[in-house]
Amino acid sequence: MSGPVLISFDKVWKSYGQGEARVHALAGVDLAIRKGEFVAIMGPSGSGKSTAMNIIGCLDTPTSGTYSFEGIDAGRLDRNRRALLRNLYVGFVFQGYNLLPRTTAAENVELPLIYRGVARSERRALAMQALAEVGLVGREHHTPAELSGGQQQRVAIARAIVTRPTLLVADEPTGNLDTARTHEIMELLTRLNAELGLTIAMVTHEADVAAYAERTIRFLDGHVASDSKNLEMA
Amino acid sequence: MIWETVRLSLISIRRNVLRSFLTLLGIVIGVAAVIAMLTIGSGTTEKVKADISKLGSNLLVVRSGRPAGPGGPGGLDQVVRPLAEKDLAALVAHLSGARAISPASQKQVRVIFGTESLTSGVTGTDSAYLDARDWKLVSGRPFSDSETRSGAGVCLVGETVRQQFFGAGDPEGEIVRVNRTSCKIIGLLEPKGYTGFGQDQDNVVLMPLAAYQRRIAGNRDIDSIYIAADDRTPTTELQPRVEDILRDTRRITPDRDDDFSIRDMTQIADAMASATTTMTGMLGAVAGVSLLVGGIGIMNIMLVSVTERTREIGIRLAIGAHEKHILIQFLVEATVLSLLGGIIGILIGLALAAIASVTLTIPFSPSPAVILLAVGFSALIGMVFGFFPALRGARLDPIDALRHE
Repeated sequence: MSGPVLISFDKVWKSYGQGEARVHALAGVDLAIRKGEFVAIMGPSGSGKSTAMNIIGCLDTPTSGTYSFEGIDAGRLDRNRRALLRNLYVGFVFQGYNLLPRTTAAENVELPLIYRGVARSERRALAMQALAEVGLVGREHHTPAELSGGQQQRVAIARAIVTRPTLLVADEPTGNLDTARTHEIMELLTRLNAELGLTIAMVTHEADVAAYAERTIRFLDGHVASDSKNLEMA
Repeated sequence: MIWETVRLSLISIRRNVLRSFLTLLGIVIGVAAVIAMLTIGSGTTEKVKADISKLGSNLLVVRSGRPAGPGGPGGLDQVVRPLAEKDLAALVAHLSGARAISPASQKQVRVIFGTESLTSGVTGTDSAYLDARDWKLVSGRPFSDSETRSGAGVCLVGETVRQQFFGAGDPEGEIVRVNRTSCKIIGLLEPKGYTGFGQDQDNVVLMPLAAYQRRIAGNRDIDSIYIAADDRTPTTELQPRVEDILRDTRRITPDRDDDFSIRDMTQIADAMASATTTMTGMLGAVAGVSLLVGGIGIMNIMLVSVTERTREIGIRLAIGAHEKHILIQFLVEATVLSLLGGIIGILIGLALAAIASVTLTIPFSPSPAVILLAVGFSALIGMVFGFFPALRGARLDPIDALRHE
């Protein structure tokens, strides 16, 4: 299932503040994720996992060390180049869904394509396809307020995969969902990982959610505390 | 991309109808005020011009007495020497470039018909008067030369006189009493309406000058001489010629000032019109200030909008929006908003001007240039006042923006 290295951290530090008050969110992290991997990232609050996720998603840059994405030194790019990188290669799924309110599911899914400059008719078709892939046929013209939490998260996933990204960054994607919905979403992510070869990096608190991934990286005090292959679920 | 953004901004304006409307209000009021002021103003200018041209276009009016100026009108040091028939005769004989030259003496006199009476402006003149004043007859005929010469008891009446005595009936052939004399009506003058100064131009009775002098005034004086320039001669060219001829016949030595005045109606019209235009400009500028206030309103709301939609901006940035996409989005939104306000304002302004033109009886004259300017200006206001909030949105850090509650 795993291909060449997609993401690598080389002695990555991320520090905030000055002098005495200087805090190291990441303290010399080395890490690699291969194409097609499904990785769960765990750790208590303040362990540095969110900072790591922001860097992985090209939202943030390291203070020192090298972060490379597909061989590109993404940590040294300016914000507009990182925006382009996100638009071309990264899809995001958040705990709070983060859909545009009062905007239909289809329009939400089309959004990343607008910034790519895709023509309207093609956009519509791609959005419909993505919504079909997450099992939301017939809900295209509903606004987020008219959808359940699970359905909203499916729209968010459709929005993330509509550009056929290399990497999906999921920040506690099931944090707001009940157990049944959680398993549905996790099965969807697992299927996308398998069918599309989508690399997934997912932050989670829950062990049973992490168990859907092939590999779990645990952060503690800005370091990688453990990095292990998961046992296949029964 | 830009059409997509315009569409998105329209959606977002529709999502917040009340807030968008309140934002628009400033621009709507500003643009409506500017449009109404300028449109009413240019209508007033036209009205003033039309009123003055009713007095006769390309017209010079000669009166006795020193012209107004330093030292004041008239002058206490000299007895005013009235205009005389020889002055008129000299002008008729020597003045070139005039279409019509006509004397006029006027007095407010009680006119009686049957049991009705009316105080009217009785004017003694000749048949050239109609031509000089650009006045036509609705019915009847002007004085004949022999009637003018002999001072026959005939007269032409204005519309107000007719209505007072005859209602809608035909006045021709009726005999009215003017002072202690009587005259036969031989024609009806075309209605001219009121002047801009509220004077009824139709409350007149015209009679031959000789008849007026003999029976009403009791002297041989001429109050004024009307001189209409022909089409090829501007009044400014005609005026010095008139002055030369009159100085000559009135034997005024070079060391003395004129003892008569020549008023150029065209110049008066221009002066009045330019005064109204200045007034219009000032009112427009005051209204323009309210546009500026409207622009600040837009900026305020756009700042609120950016703050309120920080999370949305975060989402957009996360999924790959470039800084310029966010900038354009908010800029277009502000521009569309103020443009919308501008268009509504233009409609309201034109409606107000139309109402005013009916109540003030001035012409309704919307200027396409002013409307275009208002559209352009309101768009500009949106861009200028929307730029700072838009830039603020575009510069947001996506991580912070996503965390924003």
